[in-house]
Amino acid sequence: MSQYILRRLLQLIPVFFGTTFLIYALVWAVPGDPFAGKCGQVACPPAYIEMMTAKFNLDDSIFVQYFKYLGNLFTGDWGETFNGVSVGELIGNAYPVTVRLALIAVAIEAIIGLSAGILTGLRGKGFLDNLVLMSTTFLISIPVFVTAIVLQIILGSELGLIEASVSEDATVGELIVPGIALGSLSMAYIARLMRTSIAENRHADYVRTAVAKGQPRSRVVGVHLLRNSVIPVLTFIGTDIGALMGGAIVTEGVFNINGIGGLIFRGIQNREGATVTGVVVLLVMVYLLVSLTVDLLYAVLDPRIRYD
Amino acid sequence: MRASRGFWGATAVVATAALLLTACGGGGSKEDKGSGATDANAAVSVYGTEPENSLIPANTNELGGSKALKPVFSALVGYKSDTAEPYNLMAESITTTDSKVFDIKIKKGWKFHDGTEVKAKNFVDAWNYSANGKNGMQNASFFEQIQGYDEISAKEPAVKEMSGLKVVNDYEFQVTLKGPFSVFATKIGYLAFAPLPDKFFADPEAFAKAPIGNGPLKFVSRTPNQNMKLTRYDEYQGEDKVKFKDLEVRIYTSQETAYQDLLSNRLDFMEALPPAAKAGGKYKTDLGDRLVEGKLLGIAALAIPYYVPGYDNLDLRKAIALAIDREQIVKTVMNDTYAAADGYVSRGIEGYRPGVCEFCKFDPVKAKEYWAKSGYTGKLTIASNADGGRKEPLVAACNSIKNALGVECDFVPATDFGQWRSIVNGRKLTGMGRSDWSADYPSIENYLNPRYKSTGSSNDSTYNSPAVDALLKQADQTADKAAAIKLYQQAEDQIAKDLPQIPVWEEKGVGGKSNRLKVAKLDYGRLADYSSIEVAAK
Repeated sequence: MSQYILRRLLQLIPVFFGTTFLIYALVWAVPGDPFAGKCGQVACPPAYIEMMTAKFNLDDSIFVQYFKYLGNLFTGDWGETFNGVSVGELIGNAYPVTVRLALIAVAIEAIIGLSAGILTGLRGKGFLDNLVLMSTTFLISIPVFVTAIVLQIILGSELGLIEASVSEDATVGELIVPGIALGSLSMAYIARLMRTSIAENRHADYVRTAVAKGQPRSRVVGVHLLRNSVIPVLTFIGTDIGALMGGAIVTEGVFNINGIGGLIFRGIQNREGATVTGVVVLLVMVYLLVSLTVDLLYAVLDPRIRYD
Repeated sequence: MRASRGFWGATAVVATAALLLTACGGGGSKEDKGSGATDANAAVSVYGTEPENSLIPANTNELGGSKALKPVFSALVGYKSDTAEPYNLMAESITTTDSKVFDIKIKKGWKFHDGTEVKAKNFVDAWNYSANGKNGMQNASFFEQIQGYDEISAKEPAVKEMSGLKVVNDYEFQVTLKGPFSVFATKIGYLAFAPLPDKFFADPEAFAKAPIGNGPLKFVSRTPNQNMKLTRYDEYQGEDKVKFKDLEVRIYTSQETAYQDLLSNRLDFMEALPPAAKAGGKYKTDLGDRLVEGKLLGIAALAIPYYVPGYDNLDLRKAIALAIDREQIVKTVMNDTYAAADGYVSRGIEGYRPGVCEFCKFDPVKAKEYWAKSGYTGKLTIASNADGGRKEPLVAACNSIKNALGVECDFVPATDFGQWRSIVNGRKLTGMGRSDWSADYPSIENYLNPRYKSTGSSNDSTYNSPAVDALLKQADQTADKAAAIKLYQQAEDQIAKDLPQIPVWEEKGVGGKSNRLKVAKLDYGRLADYSSIEVAAK
């Protein structure tokens, strides 16, 4: 077990270098001068361009630039944006908000998605099953930005139940509606996955055995059936946490939430390699750690799974 | 299938209801707000975007940074919000006999927000720092007329001071220019000419995180990507005092969200409206009497580069200019947020004359005649960055040319403003290109020198006319304002004959305010005129 964890952690190293280098190269290798539009209609003074080029090591080859960046990173310096703000500070401001938003989204999608999946999976065909089928199809078919904007306009501007934008504190209460918008798509997937999984396992041998032994229904469903059926869903939720951290670009934009998604979007737009790479480093870490946790949880749910 | 039909039926009802609600939503606010008193201790929020550069006056030339910095600094000269007419703000007097040597006296008793007094040397030091090549300030070229600029703006300058700047005493300094430049006294109202306190020079980087100025509002705090907070500086002595207490420049990722906040009165002021609100003139019903209209100083034109083969042809230029139906495009595509342009200078500027560009009106018959005369074959193109609603009016212009001349016309997109400017500055246009101009300071000079002088910094069409150069130079050197304007007008007449650029339209400036605000005006530079804002007392 500990060997497995160690091996997984060692795998982090090549993944870390690979992803960060790819991102860094992609951001800076885009053709064109990053300072061309900085001074409006007028071309920027050469002194300004020289100073910025030197500051961001843009005269070096992409490899040298990357290793200079990494060197700084290991000393805890995330670099600076073009307007002189420390990227570390930006991430520090943005991270808690996005974590909160992602957790709310996961909670919403897990609670609603799982219960819808369990209910329909147990009952089988019927009105409820059709209703869930239709509504999940509906959710899957509309893009997140539509969900977000529709929720914002109807609940915010028209009914006045929520504010159209989230304030600078970004409290949990304010984040619920953005969380629904963000989690809606995965909520639908979870419901579908759970339903299929339960429907399959309902007729499995071990469930029949449990019923034959005369165990109460709550125990059959709660312990035997659910525990085994939740594994694929858990994998999905695990990767989804990572996806939600980075994928909140649209939702954060619509509700004006100052989070990681917005940061990455602005970084790409302004071609700020330091910001984009910094955020991606973090996202990669989150992805890898979450998927490691999920893998470890398998053994808890299904003792037959071993790590060798 | 029954269930599904029922479901879709329900969805349709919800969707229709939502649409109806949206349609009825706006414009319903009929609250009385004109009469009551003004709340002098109110907080005001304005729409903002993240500043593109560090918060130093000479390094700020875009809207996001200007919004926070302009009210923090007061320059020698201010511009009246209605007429853009310059007046002495921090200056006691600006005198010159030859437009070359300017004697500037500043008002006594003005203080920076840290309590130190604003003295003549604060201006001189600030200007020297900003022009210094070593410091790489974006707006360094604003100081180019001052004697000694060429030496100090070098990469490794040997000097630390411009020879043209001399402190006479604590409240007086003298500026000597390289040559006479009559508009200098107007130009120094630009943000880059703001004074800097002694604290700045000790640590410019720390200063940029918490700027200390001498303006009506002082800096309180900034959270990047979130907001900037300012508060009233109670000891401020200028005439552009503010009538509220706190100002929050709230940074939004999308204009649409800010607009939703504006409609629900959670945001107090927006100086521009999102494309979705402009579509079909929706903003008019949405905002009603909360609409704020301004007179922006800017003009949009199509540059016809002389370096593109075949384009160096006056008849072709005339044909294109005559083939664009400006009135129609402004009305249908831009929903009245722009006005048709008929010259090279904005309407609000002193020296503007209607109809200077005689070929800038729609006349398909004449256009066809010139087209035949030009002998040009092949298709025409208009290039521009396609984001931010730039594309649609230019596509319409292309269609108008296509219909009038019977020639193919294509819109060529560039991904963003940066890429677009590198094409233009690198002289890599292959056809016509969008060439919009926002004036830095309200003077007819600022519309002509940068764009049409052969050495102009934004001469996108590489226009080179010795006659125009001579007239502009002569105008620069004329001390008498009225006489100078006459000369600038003569230059404009000559430009209108050569048509290096085809004026198309000018932006009116359309914004909105919340119903908390009794008054709010939009200034010539597309910023809220903070001194005009009044919040209704509850």
